[in-house]
Order: sequence, then structure tokens, then C-alpha cells
Amino acid sequence: MRRRLWHFHGGLHLEGHKDLSMHEPVAAAPLPARIVLPLAQHIGAPAEPEVKVGEKVRKGQRIARATEYVSAPIHASTSGTVVAIEEQPVPHPSGLSAPCIVIEADGQDEWIERQPVADYENLDPSALRNVIREAGIVGLGGAGFPSFIKLNPGPDKVVDLLILNGAECEPYITCDAMLMQEHPRRIIDGLLIMRHALRAKRCIIAIEDNKKVAHTVLVNALQEHEAEFIEIVQVPTVYPTGGEKQLIKVLTGKEVPSNGLPIDIGMVCHNVATAAAVHDAIAEGTPLIERIVTVTGEALDRPRNLTVRIGTPFSLLLEAGQWRETDTDEVLMGGPMMGFAVPDLDVPVVKTTNCLLARPRSQPHRQPAMPCIRCGQCARVCPAQLLPQQLYWYAHARNFDRIQDYHLFDCIECGCCAYVCPSHIPLVQYYRFAKTEIWAQERQKQKADRARQRHEWHLERLERRKREEEERRRRKKELLKKSKAAGGDAAKKAEIEAALARVKAKKASRQAARANTENLTDAQKQAIAAVEARRQRLQKGGDSGDSQ
Amino acid sequence: MLTAILVLTVLALLFGLLLGYASVRYKVEGDPIVDQIDAILPQTQCGQCGYPGCRPYAEAIAKGEAEINRCPPGGETVIVQLADLLGREPIPLDAERGEAKDTPTVVEIDENLCIGCTLCIQACPVDAILGAPKQMHTILKAECTGCNLCIPPCPVDCIRIVPVEEDISTWRWPEPKIDLEQPVDVAEETA
Repeated sequence: MRRRLWHFHGGLHLEGHKDLSMHEPVAAAPLPARIVLPLAQHIGAPAEPEVKVGEKVRKGQRIARATEYVSAPIHASTSGTVVAIEEQPVPHPSGLSAPCIVIEADGQDEWIERQPVADYENLDPSALRNVIREAGIVGLGGAGFPSFIKLNPGPDKVVDLLILNGAECEPYITCDAMLMQEHPRRIIDGLLIMRHALRAKRCIIAIEDNKKVAHTVLVNALQEHEAEFIEIVQVPTVYPTGGEKQLIKVLTGKEVPSNGLPIDIGMVCHNVATAAAVHDAIAEGTPLIERIVTVTGEALDRPRNLTVRIGTPFSLLLEAGQWRETDTDEVLMGGPMMGFAVPDLDVPVVKTTNCLLARPRSQPHRQPAMPCIRCGQCARVCPAQLLPQQLYWYAHARNFDRIQDYHLFDCIECGCCAYVCPSHIPLVQYYRFAKTEIWAQERQKQKADRARQRHEWHLERLERRKREEEERRRRKKELLKKSKAAGGDAAKKAEIEAALARVKAKKASRQAARANTENLTDAQKQAIAAVEARRQRLQKGGDSGDSQ
Repeated sequence: MLTAILVLTVLALLFGLLLGYASVRYKVEGDPIVDQIDAILPQTQCGQCGYPGCRPYAEAIAKGEAEINRCPPGGETVIVQLADLLGREPIPLDAERGEAKDTPTVVEIDENLCIGCTLCIQACPVDAILGAPKQMHTILKAECTGCNLCIPPCPVDCIRIVPVEEDISTWRWPEPKIDLEQPVDVAEETA
């Protein structure tokens, strides 16, 4: 039976370049001498270090814990010693540094004791989610959103459809395809666990129709299970089918509302690699410490897929792909459409690193931009049904109110518009610029609001202090008046005398306490008596001397 | 004739009552335009405009006592927004009030030099300085507005201005720089 499929708006047929990295089976990447683990590899709050410099850690040990709900813990990806917790360059378009834990590998690769969950079907979904959370699993498709949150539909929501996204639509990237070819059982088992957590009614594994091998392998693997609720669907190869909203549209014909989530229409979408990671966490007790990375591009002599420990430097992987450094124009993290250039190649692989793409100098890819001719090509290919041209004008004019009226935040930055632009305008860059600029303005506004509040509190405090001072003065004056009325000078005198008496009594008691004249021997008593007598004599003599 | 007068009188009374009721029922506390102006101002509370804080300046603008170009921390953005709101023409920043800042700044106390005099604490409009008499002071950088009001009272000059540090969460994509005015040399391109 062929399933009915729909189309999303726009999209592109791109040359895949996928064969390049699919000649070899997935191999393990070499163990680096130093592992660098950024504390923020996911969307949400950065993790908080739990180890100290100098501490020995074992492979799979949790070294940083999640601090908030939207956060994920970090685990050591090999055994060794923590040598630093400091700012290190991380893979980010800014090229900035961020806090990282640096581990010097001891080469033993010694595991902690792992605790698999024997019988997940009898486990409560929330306990299951907690295991997944503790394993540090985040969406491996690229966004890095903590997976346990997407496995929590909420109390009153029913999940009709759980989609495993194996579309992998971006050119050059093959890590999901290789995973599906080599580990179909891990994916299907992971899907079953996810289905249990979500209590989903039906499941679909979606694969683009250019991955024939992966499809056949998965279909065969599925036959071993009696799972008629799982369906494996081939979708047409159109970029960007792998986008969550686009894939849902293709499979169901439904559209996720603007600013909404798939769960709003009863669907949840996870990446196939995330499903495999969930399987590892439950069935083996293995946290997310490695992933498959595609190392590819025409500037490599041996493009391939590698199983890589999180924290391995990019340079080591490029070496494993026999990289021709002199021939390289730039290295991208991610694919050619959505990836970004990485200037520093010692940055580590993070949980969301799916591909390293080394582009050769011989392949020019950037041409000078020319004025927009209003051809409308960009609007024709936009999979989010936006008007890229209008967005471009408003970003260029820095009109950040109007650009939001044109739904800037529905843009998925797929790059279709810039790809087809005959004037070679870097459109996506404009949208990214506008988005971060709007966020910065919002942060500024929040800060201004807080400053206003604090200033108001400050003024209020000054006012209150002034009032209290006045009140104190007024009360003192009243007291004075009262005492005068009560007895005038006599009362005052009595008060002074009472105070003097108090002081005297205090003095006397202090002296009494100081005199340690009990339990004295006779000799001491005699010595004291002699001193006293001499003192009295002297005093008398002095008095008489004075009076003379 | 009499009926007409009667009807009109009744109508006048009726509408009078209605208006009277509306003015009580829908009374607006304060001046909403001041709130709107205040929302645009950057809340630095630096007093460079000549008023003791952003709200007094907002009130002065609303009364028409002050021009809209006296806020250096807000710079051109604030002037344009105020001009939009008030239906006035944007004018250049009043140079007497100071220069617009390109990058946001905060202050920092050199804690080796601080003698704990508390003078800066009293000057801070947003209570962003922590300290006690004869104890070292420190700035809560997250709350500092960069007004620099704490710098003149410091007797040992231990406060300095530093730019706000940028990290990955606050980083912004640069605006793409493309020179559209430059004609493209087609001959060279194809060669």
C-alpha cells in the first residue's frame, strides 16, 4: 500500500554529494590526548561542573549537572584527569570562547559501572524521561534541544503520531544514513522506548527516497518486530524535507501553526540518531558521549563517517579524513546550506556537530552581491511561505518592527532563498542579523525595565529613610516635652543621679570581679598588708604635704 | 415650541449625565504620555539631560519644557523613537549633553584601592554597588546601567569604565556588508 504524501511550499532539488562519504563503513575516530567539553552544548541553561581540577574521571561519568529544567548534563567521553575548567574556543559562528571542562585522556578508556534499565515497559514514563535526561541526550539533528522535554507531551495532550526524522536532506551529510544502514535495530528499539514515554498511537520513520539502502535495511529490521503501528515511509528528496514542520506537512498534510510546536497538532518529531542514543541510554546505560560525524568535502582525500567522542578536536577528524590543508578554502560545521564557517579548527565536536565540510579553493561559492531585481525567485522557493525580499528590505533598513510583521521568526534559515538569488545577496545572513539584533533589543528593554524598577525602589528607600528620621526627631522632641512637663529640673537631676549610680555600681562590680584575693597563703596576706600600709602612709604624707 | 425646548433640555441633561459618568468611570491616573516617553528612555538614570533621572526628563518632555535630543545614552535611536511618538521632527543629539556611546559600558571597582568610604554607594541611582563602611565595595555588573555617577565622588579614583563583556549568549550576527553602489565589472568577472 502506498501512503498518500503531500508537498510543502517551495523547496529545492539539490545535488546530494552524498556518495562522497558513503564508500566506507563507519569507523571509530582515534582517541585524542585532550578532550574539551563545553558546558553549553544544548539549548537552555549551561550545565554546572561537578568535578574539580586534578580529579580523575572515568568514561561515562557525569562531570556537569543540569541546573534548570531546560538543560542537559555533560559526561566524560573517556577516562583521564580533569586538567582545567576554563574558557576555551567552541564551535560557534562568533568564534568566541565559552566555559569548558578539559580532560587529559589516560588512554585506558575505562568505563564507569553502567546501569541499564532491564524492563523499560514497566517503568513509568516520567522515570523513563528522567533516565534519558540524566544520559544528557539532546536532539542530534542539529538544534540540540533536550530530548526528555520533547518526550513529555504534557498532562492533557494526546500524541497521535511520533515521527522519526531520517530525511537528512542537506547535501554532503550522511551520518544519519550510515546510522540507519548499520544500526537499524538500535533505531527501532529507541523508537519503541520513545513511543512508550509518549504513549504515541502511531509511529513513522521518514526516509528520503535517495537512501535506498537505509530504507531496505530498516524495513528488514522492522519485520523482526511485531509492530504494526510503525510505518517506514519514503519521502521525495526535496530540500528541506528534513525540517520538522516541512516533514510533518509532507507526511500528514497538516501545518504546524506559526509560533507553535508539533505537539499542538498532536505530533512529536525526533531525529533517528536521537532514537539510537535513547536506546543506548536505556538498554546499555550509556550516556551520550559519542556520535557519528560526517567528515567530508572535496578538500579531503578520504571523506568518511566516524564515530566520534564528544570533545574531540575538529583537526583530528580532518586528519582522519586525509585533509589537504593547503587546498582548503574554509571548513564548515554542518552542511553547505545551513552550516557556518569555523575559523579555529581546534574547537571540539559537540553534541550537535553532525558534519564537517572542508571546501576546496577550486570551488568558488561566494560571488559579489548585486542589487535586488525583485524577481521573486526567493518567495517561490521559501518552504516557510515567507516573503524573503520584504524581510531583506526591512533588515537592510533596520526596521525591526515591520520585519516581525512579515514573520521573520518563522524563517528556518534553510538558505533556499539565498541559493536561488540571481543577485547573490546573502539573504540568510540578513535574517540572522535581524534576529539577533531583535533579541539584543529585547534584552536591553528588559534591562531598562529592571533599572527603572531599581531606581524607583532606590527613591522609595531614600524617601522612607527621610520619613523615619523625621519621625525619630519628632518623637524625641515629644519625649523632651513630656519630661519637662512631668517635673522639670528635679526630674532631670534624679535621672542623672540614677545614671551615675548605675555607672558606680558597674565599676564596683568590675573591681570586685578583678580582685582575686581568695585562697591566699599567709605570706601573701602579709605582703599585701605591708603594701596597703605603705600606700596609706604615702597617701597620708601626700595629703599632709598638700595641706602644708 | 415648548415641546422642542423641553426635549432639548432633557437631551442636554441626559448627555451631561452620561459625560459626567464617563469622566468618573474612565478616569486615567497620571499622564499616559509620560509613561510612554519613559518607556522609550534607556533608564540609565545618569542625569546627563539635566534632570534627576529618566522619569523627570520624560515629564519635562511631556510638558514641552525640554527638547527630545538630550539623552546621550539613548543616542539616535531614542531621538527617532521619541520623534515618532510625539509627531516631531528628529533633531541631532545636543552636543552639550555628551556624546552617544557606541558600545554599552559598566563600571568596575579596583578592589585593591577601595577604602570603603561608601560615597559611591550613595551616588548609585540603581543600588548596584555592594559594600559597607571600611569594607571593600563591589559593583553588581548585571544591574549597573553605566551612568558613571559613582566616578566623581570616589576619593581614591578606584572606579573605571569597562565595556560590557560579550559572550556567546549575547553575541549578535554582524550586518552583512555589501557595497551595492559599486558597479560590478562584468568583463573582469567573466575573464
